[in-house]
Amino acid sequence: MPFTLNVNGMAHEVDAEPETPLLWVLRDNIGLTGTKFGCGIAQCGVCTVHIDGQPVRACSTTAASAVGREITTIEGLSDDNSHPVQQAWIEDTVPQCGYCQSGQIMSAAALLSRTPDPSDSEIDTAMAGNLCRCGTYLRIRRAIHRAAEIARG
Amino acid sequence: MEMKLSRRTLIRTMAGAGGGLLLGFRIPGAFAAAVAPKPWTTPTGGEEINAWLAIDVDGTVTIRVPHTEQGQGALTSVSMMIAEELDVPWDSVQAVFADMNRHVNEGEEYIVTTTHGSQLVRQQHPHIMQAGASARERLKAAAARAWGVERSEVVAKQGMLSARGHSAGYAEFAGAAAEIALDREPAIKPPGEWWLLGRPTPRLDAPAKVNGSAHFTIDTRLEGMVYAAVQSCPVPWGGLRSYDFDAIRDRVGVLAAIELKAVDGRTSTSDMQNGVAVVADTWYRAKTALDLMPIEWDYGPEGDVSNATQAAHAGRLLEEPGEVSNEVGGDVLGMIAASERTLAAEYHRPWETHARMEPINATVSVTDARVDVWSPAQNQAAPLAVVAEHLGRDTRDVFVHTGFLGGAFGGNGGGSTAVTRQAAEISRQVGRPVQVIWTREEDIMQDKQRPPVHTRLTAALGDNGLPEAFFSRAVWFTHRGVERIGPATADYSIGTMPYLVPNRRHERHNVAAHIPTATHRAPGANQNGFIIEQFVDEMALAGGWDPLEWRIEMTQGLERWQRVLLKLKEVSGFTTDLPRGEGMGVAIVEDHGSICGACATVSVSRSGQLSVEKVVLVMNSGYMINPRNGAEQIEGSVCWELSHALYGGLTLADGRFVNSNFDTYNLMRMHQMPEVEVHFALSQDGWWGGMGEPGGPPTPPAVANAIYFATGKRIRSTPINKHDLNWS
Repeated sequence: MPFTLNVNGMAHEVDAEPETPLLWVLRDNIGLTGTKFGCGIAQCGVCTVHIDGQPVRACSTTAASAVGREITTIEGLSDDNSHPVQQAWIEDTVPQCGYCQSGQIMSAAALLSRTPDPSDSEIDTAMAGNLCRCGTYLRIRRAIHRAAEIARG
Repeated sequence: MEMKLSRRTLIRTMAGAGGGLLLGFRIPGAFAAAVAPKPWTTPTGGEEINAWLAIDVDGTVTIRVPHTEQGQGALTSVSMMIAEELDVPWDSVQAVFADMNRHVNEGEEYIVTTTHGSQLVRQQHPHIMQAGASARERLKAAAARAWGVERSEVVAKQGMLSARGHSAGYAEFAGAAAEIALDREPAIKPPGEWWLLGRPTPRLDAPAKVNGSAHFTIDTRLEGMVYAAVQSCPVPWGGLRSYDFDAIRDRVGVLAAIELKAVDGRTSTSDMQNGVAVVADTWYRAKTALDLMPIEWDYGPEGDVSNATQAAHAGRLLEEPGEVSNEVGGDVLGMIAASERTLAAEYHRPWETHARMEPINATVSVTDARVDVWSPAQNQAAPLAVVAEHLGRDTRDVFVHTGFLGGAFGGNGGGSTAVTRQAAEISRQVGRPVQVIWTREEDIMQDKQRPPVHTRLTAALGDNGLPEAFFSRAVWFTHRGVERIGPATADYSIGTMPYLVPNRRHERHNVAAHIPTATHRAPGANQNGFIIEQFVDEMALAGGWDPLEWRIEMTQGLERWQRVLLKLKEVSGFTTDLPRGEGMGVAIVEDHGSICGACATVSVSRSGQLSVEKVVLVMNSGYMINPRNGAEQIEGSVCWELSHALYGGLTLADGRFVNSNFDTYNLMRMHQMPEVEVHFALSQDGWWGGMGEPGGPPTPPAVANAIYFATGKRIRSTPINKHDLNWS
C-alpha cells in the first residue's frame, strides 16, 4: 500500500512495506543516498536524520512512523553547504573517509538547534551514538563549537 | 581560517568509463551538478598533457588520481605533488579518479595503483612529481617553440608562461605540450625548493563530504539494478548443505536465490566462500527474505575451533623452538639460563576486525557489450582483473568506476575482495545490474581479520641493569593460504627492534588458521608494539632505569630514534613521580619507515575506572608534504589503535566469531577520545617514511605503561577494559 513521506520539504509517494526502516526507503525508494547504512541496529549513527527536528536513527525507525512528519536528511540541510555545521566542517576539514559524516553532521545540527552554545560534555553526550572509525572526534567537537560561533554571527 | 568554496574545489567523484556510456548512472538530490561524472578523455574540455593531468581553457587543472580515497588524503596528496611541480595555483586544481580500464589496457601509465602500506607519498612521490615536472617542461618547450626562444628562457610559474615579453596561460600551450617529446625528463625538485609541499593544506574532498554528495560505492544506482543480501558459511570454508528458496519465493520483490560456491584450492582474499544470496528489488526485501530462508550449513572440520583451543595450541608451541628470524650475538638461551638476573613475561593480542564504517559492498553490471564494476578494493585495478577472470571477459570490456571508500584500513587490499566476485556472479546469473551489500554482521564475520599473537619474552640483565641477552618467541595464527608469514606481521618491532642488546634472538611459529587474515592498519607493529614496548618498561624498571632514559640509552647513535626520543622528552613532561592513580607512559615504534614516539597520561580511580587523558606524539617520517593531513592521520591512528587496545577483541567459538555488530564489538566513541598533541621531528636526510599508520602502534603500550605507574598492574593482553584496574 503506497504511502507518502515528506522529505526535505517534498512529498514522495513510496511503495514499500510500512515496517521498512526509513533508511532503506530514503536510499532505495526515494534515492537519497547521503544517509548511510552502517549497522542496522542504531549503534553507529551513520543513518541519523531529523524527524520534526529531532535526531533519529533511520535504520531503526519504520517508514510508517514518519508519515505526516517533517523528515530532513543531509541533502536537505542546505542547498549550498551554508549551514553553520557544514561551514565549520569544511573550515576544519573534519571528514576523512567521510562515510559517517552525514550522521555526525545531522546529530550536531540537531544538538545546536536545541542547545545553541553546548559545552564539551553536552557535545559528548549528544554525539555518543555516532561512531567514526577514522577517529575525527576531536575535530568534530571543535567544529561544533565553531558552528555555534558561526550561527551566532 | 576562511575558505572560499568554488566550483573547482568540489571533487568530481568519478571519472566516466573510457569513452563509453555510463549505464544510467545518476546521483540523487540537489548536488548532481557538482559531482556529475565526466569522461576522463575530456575533462571540462581541457587538453591532456599526460595521463595524470589535463588543463582547461579557463586554467582549471584536472589531476587524475589512480589511488583510492579511503580517508588518508590521496586525492589531496597526489594533487599537491603534481601542482608543486607543474607550478599552478592550488585553487585551480581539481581531482578526479583515474580510469583503471585505461591503466590496465594501455601500458599501466600510473605505475602504481594500489593504496596500502602508507606508501603513496613516501614511495611514489618520485614518479608522481615527475609527471608534474614533465608536463611543466613540455609546456615551456611548446611556448619556446611558438615564441622562438630557448626553453630555458621560459619561466613557468603559477599557471603562467613568460619569456622576453611574451606571456600566456598554460592552457594556451597544453595541446602543443602534449605532442612534445623531451630529450631528457626533468629531475624532481629537492625539498628546499618546495612552495606548496610542506604547507598545511586542507583536503580537497571535504565539501563533497558534508552534504551527502560524495559518491561511495554503496551509493551506486543504475537503471534496472537489483539488490542482493548474502550469507556465507559462518565457519569460513565450511559448506552450504541446503537452502529452501520455496519458503521465501513468494515474498514481495524477491527475484531469486543464488548459490555462491568456493572453488577447491582457491583461498585468496578475492575468492568466494560457500554461501547463498537472495536477490530482490530492494536490499531490505532481499535481506529480510534471506533472514527468513532456512539454511543448513556443513561447518566442516574447523567447527570446534575457539579462542581457548587456539590459546592451548599457542601454549604448546611456546615450549617448542620456532623459526629464527633474527639472531645477534651468542647463545642467548644459554646466557639467560645461566643468569641470576632475569625476567620473563607472556603477552597476547586477540583477533580484531576492520569494521570500516561502510559495510562491504560491490555493484556489477554484466552485459554482452561490457561489464561495469564498483568495488571497495584499495587497488582499483584489482577488481578489473578479478571480474574479467571470473567472467572470462577481455579486460578491455571491463570498466571499474572508483568511488570514495568508507574506510578500508588494509581490509580491502590484497587483490580486491570476495564481494566483487559475488556481485559479478549474481549479475551474470540474473542478467541485471546487482548491488551486493553485506550486513554489518556478515561484514564482521566474513572480514579478513587481524591475526592474533601469543608472545613470550625473556631477558637477562647485566650489572648496569641493561639487558645482556633478549629472547622472544611468538605464535601467530594466520590464514592457511599464507604459507609462510612475512616479517610485516611476525617480526616488526620485536625482531627488528632498534635497541642495542648485544645478544638477542627472535623466533616465530605460524599456525595455519581457517580464518582469512589481512593487513590491519599498521600490521605487525600494532600487535608487537604493545608487546615489546611494555616489556621494555619491564626490563628498564627491573634494571633500575627510567623508561625514557633507558630508550635513549639503548638507541645511542641511531639519529632517527634519538631525534624522536629527545623531542618527546622535551615536549611531554614525562615523569614517573606522580601520585597513585595517575600515570604517564612512553613508547616508541617504527612502522612503515617512520618512527613515532608517544607519551600517554592516564588516571585510574581506586575502583579501576580508567581515563586516558592525553597522548603526545612525536613523528619522524623523514619528510612531510602536508602537516595538516599528517596530524589528522596521526590523530586517527591513535583512535584506531586505542579502540582495539581498550575495547576490542573478537571471540572465536565453534569455528566462528561471536561478535556480530557494534553492540558486541566496541569501538572508541567521542567521549572516550583523549586529547592528542602531535609534534614532528623530521630527519630530512633523504629517507621518507609513511604517515597513515605509524601513529597507532606506540599509543597502546604508552597507555599500558602509564596504567602500570598509576596502579602497579602490568596489562599484558587486550582489551584493557577486561582487566580489573582497581588499586588501594
